[in-house]
Amino acid sequence: MPVTPRPLGIALAGLNGNVGDARLAREACGLNLGDGWLELSADEWTAVRLSLKIAVTATAASLPLGLFAAYALARWRFPGKTLLDGIIHLPLVLPPVVTGYILLVLLGRRAPLGEFLADHLGIVFSFRWTGAALACGVMGFPLMVRAIRLSIEAIDRRLEDAAATLGANGPWTFTLVTLPLALPGVVVGAILCFAKALGEFGATITFVSNIPGETQTISAAIFTYTQIPGGDASAWRLTAVAIAIALAALVVSEIVARKANRRLAQFE
Amino acid sequence: MIRFNAAIALGAFTLDAAFESDARVVALFGRSGAGKSVTIALIAGLLRPDRGSIMVDSRVLVDTAKRIFVPKHARRIGVVYQDARLFPHLTVRQNLMFGRWFAATAERSQPDRAVAFDAVVETLGIGHLLARRPGLLSGGERQRVAIGRALLSSPRLLLMDEPLAALDEERKLEVLALIERLRDEFKVPIVYVSHTVDEVARLASHVVVLGGGRVVAAGPVGEVFGAEEAQAGESRFARSSVLTGRVAGMRAGYGLTEIAHPAGAIWVAGPAGPAGREVRIVVRATDVTLATAPPHHLSVRTILAGTVASIETGDGPLATVTVELIGNTHLVAMATRMAVDELGLKPRDRVFALIKTVALDERSVAAGSA
Repeated sequence: MPVTPRPLGIALAGLNGNVGDARLAREACGLNLGDGWLELSADEWTAVRLSLKIAVTATAASLPLGLFAAYALARWRFPGKTLLDGIIHLPLVLPPVVTGYILLVLLGRRAPLGEFLADHLGIVFSFRWTGAALACGVMGFPLMVRAIRLSIEAIDRRLEDAAATLGANGPWTFTLVTLPLALPGVVVGAILCFAKALGEFGATITFVSNIPGETQTISAAIFTYTQIPGGDASAWRLTAVAIAIALAALVVSEIVARKANRRLAQFE
Repeated sequence: MIRFNAAIALGAFTLDAAFESDARVVALFGRSGAGKSVTIALIAGLLRPDRGSIMVDSRVLVDTAKRIFVPKHARRIGVVYQDARLFPHLTVRQNLMFGRWFAATAERSQPDRAVAFDAVVETLGIGHLLARRPGLLSGGERQRVAIGRALLSSPRLLLMDEPLAALDEERKLEVLALIERLRDEFKVPIVYVSHTVDEVARLASHVVVLGGGRVVAAGPVGEVFGAEEAQAGESRFARSSVLTGRVAGMRAGYGLTEIAHPAGAIWVAGPAGPAGREVRIVVRATDVTLATAPPHHLSVRTILAGTVASIETGDGPLATVTVELIGNTHLVAMATRMAVDELGLKPRDRVFALIKTVALDERSVAAGSA
């Protein structure tokens, strides 16, 4: 699974530029920030923690479903496959606000499905962080499924046949052969989903609004700070944090994918 | 024991074949496109026949009439492919243990079936490779690991689909010798797919010849390879016959072994085992010369008596003469059409088949199997 290291370099350059520009921008704007402007305030910390929680939850919850969908699309033939493929990819092409609105209509507190989930399973999505995670998961899902599907399709099916003749049934073959061989793609898919979840804005704000401490992610917080006078410093700090998280995610995916590739590169 | 009777249509190709055998090694012989690999896939359960039944070891694997289809993972049929198909993400040891683990789970009731890990590793000479990954192995090493992996899954039947095809000459002989040892040591029945007469003659006692998706000929190796239809369309260099005889003794001073055959003594270069041992000898049709009278003053040592069974000529320069040797085996000889005409050869003529001993060495001689 080819993982280009290029975005990393660009992101690094961007980071340097941003930090360097920060002071200039501050002086140019004539902001009076005083000492300790680099320290995150309690509200900002809340947004960062919430963003991470939402993105991790969205990715973790999407992963089993994404694996299943990717495997089904890569390996099975069934009626309605094209339709399923289309539905999975829909959030990628729809305006995020539309996706958020559809979620609101389906799962809002007074929507039939939302009401059912709340009454019988105790699951409430609307205006909760769980709703934000759901919106982020839905938005990141097509990216995840795409990456995993491609890596599964690249696996030599004859290896799976070999596993079967050695006595492994379907689930065992998947666990011992397909999944390990598709691992680089699974990692890339998870990282893409995580990144998408961190940056998600339109669907989240439409579905669960922008409630500090509950649904206000980094993106939403930056947007809010840019709307209020004197919020620029906060916006800058959160921007730096967003860059740091994105970089860390890229580096981790790079390391994992390279490790997996090195193992597989020995096979011609 | 295997009993196969199945048909399947795959696009433009149709396989409709029936054969059965209780030989320890059955060879499926034929050119590419003859249906060998499809037959293997049907036995392994990778394909589902349109109709028919397949039985291995008195266990029904497929019977379309009775709606029986044992899934591939439950068949206990080991497969060795041309490309070894080792799992690239596992070490050699993990590859070997893969099938063994499932076999152990399935066979708890019959532990005696389990093949010993150390014995297999030692026989195949792969002990020093256990910690490596398949990507770093040579072709011959990979193939040996693949054979070990299949063997360790304690299969009821081992399918080998041209396991030597991807190897160079030297590795071929090495792996061939190993397969011979496995056949004798581990007593797993083998279905061996090949399009090389030498390999088939060395390993198998029974051969099924496929052509165009049908069984063209089947029976003991010696009989089938003498018959015309088995190799119809083969190039003249690929046509061979198989003679069966017993080691009579060795001419020590000359390093030659005499093999007794009802039609005469066959001399081969090098040792061929202890006296009395049954051996099969592969004779290429291009290495056979024909004479109408007992020849003298010739360097050829092997002179076999027989009668002309058939002569096959076309408009080309060559003729294929099948000789029925004393002892009821067939030997195919290639000659020019001019020679056939000038000697006046016709069916039922008495002839002598001359084989140069230098054309026969240990590579063309194989121990017979029970």
